Amino acid sequence: MPFIPHTDDDTREMLETIGAKSLDDLFDEIPRDLIIDSLDGVPEAMSEMAITRLMRERARQDGAPLCFIGAGAYEHHIPQAVWDLATRGEYYSAYTPYQAEASQGTLQTIYEYQTMITELTGLDVSNASLYDGASALAEAALMAVRSNRKVKTGRILLAPGVNPTYEKVATAITRTQGITFERLPMDPATGNAAAGLPDGEAPVAVAIQQPSFPGTFEDVDRLTDWAHEQGALVIAIINPTSLALLKPPGQWGSEGADIAIGEGQPLGVPLSSGGPYFGIMTCKQKLVRQMPGRIIGRTTDLDGNTGFALTLQAREQHIRRSKATSNICTNQGLMVTAATIYMSLVGFHGLRSVATRSHQNTTRLVDGLTGIDGVDRLFDGPYFHEVALRLDRPVAPVLEALAEQGVLGGYDLTSSYPDLGNALLVCATETKTDADIAAYVTAMADVMGAAARKSA
Amino acid sequence: METSNSMSTLIFEKSRKGRRAYAQAPLNPSDTSIPESFLRTDEPLLPEASELQVVRHYTRLSQKNFSIDTQFYPLGSCTMKYNPRACNSLALLPGFTGRHPLGPVSHGQGFLKCMWELQEMLKEVTGMVGVSLTPMAGAQGELAGVAMIRAYHEEHGHPERDEIIVPDAAHGTNPATATMLGCKAVEVPTGPDGDVELEALKGVVGPNTAGIMLTNPSTLGVFERDIIEVERVVKDAGGLLYYDGANLNAICGMVRPGDMGFDVIHMNLHKTFSTPHGGGGPGSGAIGVGERLLPYMPIPVVTKTEKDGSEWYDWVAEDDMPHSIGRLSGFMGNAGVLLRAYVYMRMVGRDGMRRLAEYATLNANYLQARLRDAGFELAFPNRRASHEFIVTLKHEAKELNLTAMDVAKALLDRNYHAPTTYFPLLVPECLLIEPTETESKETLDNFVDAMVAIATEAREGQSFKEAPYKTPVRRLDDVKAARELDVRYQPS
Repeated sequence: MPFIPHTDDDTREMLETIGAKSLDDLFDEIPRDLIIDSLDGVPEAMSEMAITRLMRERARQDGAPLCFIGAGAYEHHIPQAVWDLATRGEYYSAYTPYQAEASQGTLQTIYEYQTMITELTGLDVSNASLYDGASALAEAALMAVRSNRKVKTGRILLAPGVNPTYEKVATAITRTQGITFERLPMDPATGNAAAGLPDGEAPVAVAIQQPSFPGTFEDVDRLTDWAHEQGALVIAIINPTSLALLKPPGQWGSEGADIAIGEGQPLGVPLSSGGPYFGIMTCKQKLVRQMPGRIIGRTTDLDGNTGFALTLQAREQHIRRSKATSNICTNQGLMVTAATIYMSLVGFHGLRSVATRSHQNTTRLVDGLTGIDGVDRLFDGPYFHEVALRLDRPVAPVLEALAEQGVLGGYDLTSSYPDLGNALLVCATETKTDADIAAYVTAMADVMGAAARKSA
Repeated sequence: METSNSMSTLIFEKSRKGRRAYAQAPLNPSDTSIPESFLRTDEPLLPEASELQVVRHYTRLSQKNFSIDTQFYPLGSCTMKYNPRACNSLALLPGFTGRHPLGPVSHGQGFLKCMWELQEMLKEVTGMVGVSLTPMAGAQGELAGVAMIRAYHEEHGHPERDEIIVPDAAHGTNPATATMLGCKAVEVPTGPDGDVELEALKGVVGPNTAGIMLTNPSTLGVFERDIIEVERVVKDAGGLLYYDGANLNAICGMVRPGDMGFDVIHMNLHKTFSTPHGGGGPGSGAIGVGERLLPYMPIPVVTKTEKDGSEWYDWVAEDDMPHSIGRLSGFMGNAGVLLRAYVYMRMVGRDGMRRLAEYATLNANYLQARLRDAGFELAFPNRRASHEFIVTLKHEAKELNLTAMDVAKALLDRNYHAPTTYFPLLVPECLLIEPTETESKETLDNFVDAMVAIATEAREGQSFKEAPYKTPVRRLDDVKAARELDVRYQPS
């Protein structure tokens, strides 16, 4: 019996102590006709050796294609120490740190995480993480409604560069709460919010993503100041790697964003088909009591020594029940542990090197690709490590042809931004070598028509 | 050796300006072409440390944790069973960790096949007809479940059905979820033997009933004996039944929520299917549904078809499921956790599923009998324990001034993690104890000895008000933590 230590003698003695004749007796309070005979749909047990072989085959089957997809999840180098440490049993197999004296490792790690992430975002307070970036937008929207009580519209305006999936997720999670998400119009020339911003719509919050989903830089200062003039809170959606280079949300406009959220995955978490990742959330001090999720505080123990504990728990479901700020209880503890170790290893200078090299690689890639006939940049402005390209033909067949050559060529923007035409979003992080980039350019040239290189 | 106080030194305090873990960043990047107006001008405070310093710092921090791998962890309602190492290492194979979530399914057939088979196994174990793996924790599974119930009523012309019935013993997430979805949580009391009070239930159901959220076996550690009657009352009133799968380990392979008439269930894969708790996540809250709620499942789900004569796995998303309550995560939920659950279920296998319930229940009933015989009072002495049970210390609290909190802290000094304390709220001075099937008889016997020793010492006049003494820190000042909020390091 896998993972069950009982010998036959153990079982017999234990049943005797209980006063039961058999294991079946232990279930005598369950109506008999509910008890089933077998689970035919579950296969027979496998040994560790057999399942190892099976999983290796399946992992191998998925291959190791050269991946230039970003669109919210990014391939970065993860130092070996990160997961070596994070999967130590003491981190991996611990519960939520409710018993503070027995959980100082997890608690201090999260306190350090909170420090790092507030530093990166330029805001005052961080929680211990949410599920992922997309669901963090839902939590931020609910938090904005709770905080900004003057505004009763429930209207959240989204800059055109907000990840369309985030909007879908936030809509699904908040669907019965009287919250609506509406998009500000896009200027098709820049990919950013159009010049004339609406007046008098009384949004409760405005969400601004930087860099935008199609890879542009929004004028965050203008949007932030406008949103505050409208009486709205500002929700910044960030990529943590980019904050090694870009102005942090706490410094947007004259007052700074009020809440920052984002996908934490780039900080040492593998792509892993989409999860587990973690959601970043930080905010201004004055909003802390409306923040969902766990928060760790530093305090002292009976001997006056420094220690760490969950704090402000009065906001949470296990205390407040139906009046809680959210039903959330799990955060993504292990992912935050990994991210904290990652940030400690790379430091600010390392993170800036990662960001800069990613930017440079993307520049090289875009220079190479736009040298091919039928491939142009969609927008002219500056970018971080992701750029939207315009193809002279539908994107999907091009991506399929590239995949056959072992290149995952980017994210097809056609369905989420139909107005942009045949648009392809490409990304090259620091993990890509010159040879990788050359391989993509060669494959793209081949797919688009080998001899069609521009002469200019 | 560092003293206990300096052991809480932060990584920032170990930093030195200019120190680097040189191997961990690209070499010699030059400047970017990004215009200055977009750039940050300040330098955020991140650690500046060597690789060894970082490794040593987090190794030592980890050693301050209690964990399943180092201690018995009888934390009721949390199912702290052994997390097999193979589940972790196989989920971390490069082919899985390197796969981009938006990569084509042609480069994901191995992964998707695991996910499809996981869906099928979970359907079989729960007796439901559909499974969606996307919820990222139990609480999100609950959210999905109640959202589906709401969507069902709305599409059947009953938007007024907005009351969710919740037993008073339920997890706090249940009423919090109901509120999050714009529903009213209506509490129904528990009777003296731990079953829901049927007469009270009949009194609260009505034309506004959306459904009931039920944990069975309940958070009181007993099986709801009137489950068929509960089902009938709620269904007759037009409500749907939600099964909170927090305690699925107690009945796994034995009884199926689908056979009990439930319309929707969430499973805590980090409990029953042994994915790690990770110090507070990631969880994974896959949901299963019956026929009525099938069209409303959250997306994406994995489907099996055929292509060029061989099996082919693909996503089912918006276009194929127009009634879905939508997406709950950026991609497909906690995929890596799902892989761990998949490996676990394959290793446990068909017959093993029932063994989980049998031996979890054996261990709980054995520990319950031993503690009762040692003089501890059970909250429900006339009931079988499920996979967990409740000891109430109301007499010890009154006569010896020994509270549940004191026992919890005294256990830490004896190198046991504390049971769940003060939950469920309706049993005074309670310890909710869940040993799980992976613990040996010797461990349980030693735990009984520790409990007896604590009670004996209390009887002899020992106070545990200031315990623990041997942990890395002693009782912490929670009031100070909340009043003098210090939630980030700021160099002085």
